[in-house]
Amino acid sequence: MKWSEFELNQELKPLVKPPIEKVQLVKYAGASGDYNLIHTDYETARKSGLPGIIAHGMLSMGFLGQMVTQLAGNDGFVSKLQVRFTGMVYPGDIVTCRAKVTSKDETKRTVDLSVLTETEPSKVSTVGSATITFYNN
Amino acid sequence: MLDQSIIGSTSDVYEFEVEKGAIRKFADAIGDDNPIYFDENYAKKLGFSSLVAPPTFPMTFTIPKPGINQLDKSRTLHGEQEFNYERPIVAGDILHCITKLVDAYEKEGKKGGKMTFFILETQGNDLEGNKIYTSRTTIIYR
Repeated sequence: MKWSEFELNQELKPLVKPPIEKVQLVKYAGASGDYNLIHTDYETARKSGLPGIIAHGMLSMGFLGQMVTQLAGNDGFVSKLQVRFTGMVYPGDIVTCRAKVTSKDETKRTVDLSVLTETEPSKVSTVGSATITFYNN
Repeated sequence: MLDQSIIGSTSDVYEFEVEKGAIRKFADAIGDDNPIYFDENYAKKLGFSSLVAPPTFPMTFTIPKPGINQLDKSRTLHGEQEFNYERPIVAGDILHCITKLVDAYEKEGKKGGKMTFFILETQGNDLEGNKIYTSRTTIIYR
């Protein structure tokens, strides 16, 4: 999006990800170096008291990174991304990323967003904030 | 009781070279097909020196957690995560990263029982010593 298109309190177009696949968790483990077996091995997950394997929280944060980078487009970059992990995400879950404009600073050329991911309406798995810094062209 | 003396513990300096293949693999795992992560010519047209790294890419920089590396991982949770950037990381960057345990405190859990919170901060500098990014991680020990 262009700088001029962001408006205070505006709800931005959500990013709906395809259902989480187990192979995606194996790929994310390999790509990120997070080899905690609760994300890839059923037995380990069960032994840890979980109903089954769970997605990496950082994968959901990665989805938010995807959305905010898309929003920044070619005119700016993601200068801040922050989340609190509040809920589990399981294979098969469809993660939806949402963002809302919380402030726009004309001097610093920044747009602040509140962001979240949910697996069902109001079943929030991460909640946080992001900032896009626009380049001075 | 929590040993407060671990606060301030600092890692060694770790050097990471950001590779194109690592960026592509990371973006692919997320399912993010943005061409700035895959097509170097496209990234260059936008003014970057090479492929751009996604905002959560510093997760690939494995740095031992100072002061708490011995914690039983099956009892830890990732509570919060934050990244701040001066500019995007790009392939070819060589970053010098240091992690510091900046805080540790105990709290009563909602369902009873004590939880310990550990706050770690990492700074990644370029070879000239300019700050490129910082990250902040909250680890919860149950």
